[in-house]
Amino acid sequence: MNAITFRFLIPLFAVNWFCHAQSEGMAFVKGGSYLPLYGSKGTVAEVENFEMDVHPVTNADFIAFVTQYPQWRKSAVKKLFAEDNYLYHWKNDLEIKDGEHLKSPVTYVSWFAAKAYCECRGKRLPTVDEWEYVAMADEKLPDARIKASYNQQILAWYETPKTHKNTIGKTPKNYWGVYDLHGLVWEWTLDFNSVLISGESRKDSGKDSNLFCGSAAIGATDLMNYAAFMRYAFRGSVKARYTIKNLGFRCVRSRKNTENKPIKLP
Amino acid sequence: MNPFIQNKFRGRPYKLLVYGFIILFAFSCEKKEKEAYAYTAKTPDLKETKAELTSPPRVPEPVGKRRARKLIVEMEILEEEGEMADGVSYVYWTFGGTVPGSFIRTRVGDEVEFHLKNHPDNKLPHNIDLHAVTGPGGGAESSFVAPGHEKVFSFKVLNPGLYVYHCATAPVGMHIANGMYGLILVEPEGGLPLVDKEYYVMQGDFYTKGKNGEKGLQAFDMRKAVDERPDYVVFNGKVGALTGDNAITANVGETVRIYMGNGGPNLVSSFHVIGEIFDKVYAEGGSLENENVQTTLIPAGGAAIVEFRVEVPGSFVLVDHSIFRAFNKGALGMLNVQGEGNKTIYSGELREETYQPGEKKTRSVPATEEIAELRAPARSPEERVNAGKQVYMQTCFACHQAEGQGIPGAFPPLAKSDFLNADVNRAIDVVLSGLTGEITVNGEKYNSIMTPQNLSDDEIANVLAYIYNSWGNSKKNVTPAMVTKVRNKKL
Repeated sequence: MNAITFRFLIPLFAVNWFCHAQSEGMAFVKGGSYLPLYGSKGTVAEVENFEMDVHPVTNADFIAFVTQYPQWRKSAVKKLFAEDNYLYHWKNDLEIKDGEHLKSPVTYVSWFAAKAYCECRGKRLPTVDEWEYVAMADEKLPDARIKASYNQQILAWYETPKTHKNTIGKTPKNYWGVYDLHGLVWEWTLDFNSVLISGESRKDSGKDSNLFCGSAAIGATDLMNYAAFMRYAFRGSVKARYTIKNLGFRCVRSRKNTENKPIKLP
Repeated sequence: MNPFIQNKFRGRPYKLLVYGFIILFAFSCEKKEKEAYAYTAKTPDLKETKAELTSPPRVPEPVGKRRARKLIVEMEILEEEGEMADGVSYVYWTFGGTVPGSFIRTRVGDEVEFHLKNHPDNKLPHNIDLHAVTGPGGGAESSFVAPGHEKVFSFKVLNPGLYVYHCATAPVGMHIANGMYGLILVEPEGGLPLVDKEYYVMQGDFYTKGKNGEKGLQAFDMRKAVDERPDYVVFNGKVGALTGDNAITANVGETVRIYMGNGGPNLVSSFHVIGEIFDKVYAEGGSLENENVQTTLIPAGGAAIVEFRVEVPGSFVLVDHSIFRAFNKGALGMLNVQGEGNKTIYSGELREETYQPGEKKTRSVPATEEIAELRAPARSPEERVNAGKQVYMQTCFACHQAEGQGIPGAFPPLAKSDFLNADVNRAIDVVLSGLTGEITVNGEKYNSIMTPQNLSDDEIANVLAYIYNSWGNSKKNVTPAMVTKVRNKKL
């Protein structure tokens, strides 16, 4: 996937543009522009207003979901949509294993399952830009990336094992009122592969490539933000049917800038 | 003859010479074959086998004369906390649970089926770039693997040599700096010549938030890494990985081969073994053989094979001869050689004589307790301390360092030393008789060898007075009489 295919995803979002009400368990995020890690200097990404789940989806949330939608149960899921390890930490279709916690983020879920969950709740997965936009905030600032402490806290998490076993809501609430973007699990994004780090990340720096290069000095805007490099590398390593011990998700919902403004479809 | 270059015999000598040669060869070859390739019996001629992988400093069994085959390499990536130095821990990213990663041994023509497994507990995706691979990214492109997944790819090893492998996932430098590198050996057809001992050593530079020696779990420091200012430069992943109990060993008369790699990420290594000369170096791990080399340069992401015969017993110290790295950042290892001494090769100290420019040599002084009588002993405790400082700088400084701080993992500190302050007679005995075996100093274990010091009772009293009156020690006074008493008890 690349920037062009990304455009095809936009109509998918339009479905949700009719939802306006502030939703329970979601935080409003005022849109804006920001400089993402990838792309050349001056390439800013625009983010519209939206709402984001305050917490990642938990095991309990996901049990409720598969109770309602049996096709996403451990025993019933199509191999095309999820690999063997799907809900590996669950005892059976509706119960988690001993030692797991209902209030821990659900992991071992595929992109297909995460996407279905959000859609069935009238939401969708966040785009990489939306996720990164919210995740660049710390407790005080909407963009804390220049603060050394911001990077250090994220890296400290990367170096702490088994954080996926923790329960939600224990990390500090960020500027937008959102918890756990850092410190708990990686999270699926809708277009996780649109910013690509290929298996051989070092060659993505070629002049012909207008994609982000994970490791090359040429492509990135902030070489010291290596915590973000690792996120982009992670996204580049997964496929939509993968299910991973450290990977969960949360949902978002678009919210137009003005309530009565007519919707322009692309 | 260079084993990496399989030159065919090209000359056209006289018939007689040829026959003579054949006869000679027929008589000599049987024994030689047996000597060089006895170990091939252990490697039967299979079409497909699982490769033996070893942790440093061990290496797998030699390939010998076996035919090329399909070799299955199964390597697991583990992100786990380990010890960088005493009290200093670090989250290493590893191939096979060690830094450097498991050693892979192949021969030219092998087809390697590589299984790269990313443990489900790991946080990050990884891949592997093997410099022995001819193909995009050295395999990195085909092996990019998410946690809880396994990637399989295969390659044929075309060129003999010693090659580095490493992770090449973004940010590449960080993956290497966290320990993701190792060596793969591709033996030439027929194998490398047999040696008695083979070891696997790899240098790496590490960048921690705290400065060298700062205790606790240390985070990676990107700024220092970009600036190429490492806090640790070490062999086999940590300070002391090759000292004390972990020292590599050999016996007098044996040939030692070290597969020496440099994972970097930044520094090149000036690899040297103190007190040895490399009889042979396969420069940069390739086909060029150099002989009689003191120090060989190993680029970051490069390797060398060094070989030497150990002739005399003792401790031989492996260092990066960019020497502050060795004595201040950890790039120091030990090769302990046991066996009979050989006085013609190395005599040890024979005698000590006085020296005064322009004057005729007056007296030959045997290095025994007589010296005490021959020299004017220092009188006051103050004079004793001053005289002791000179002895210290000549004799003790190299190991125990200028401020008595010692070298972590290798030589114990004398500053504020509980071991020293606890027992003055023991301290005297250590200087007199040396010390071997494990001791605990200020809560940390040391296991290296201090040789007996060839000093007079007066000099021993002086140097101990200096040590006891420096660096926060107990200020105990030590007199030659005390030393003589301990010496006589020994006798």
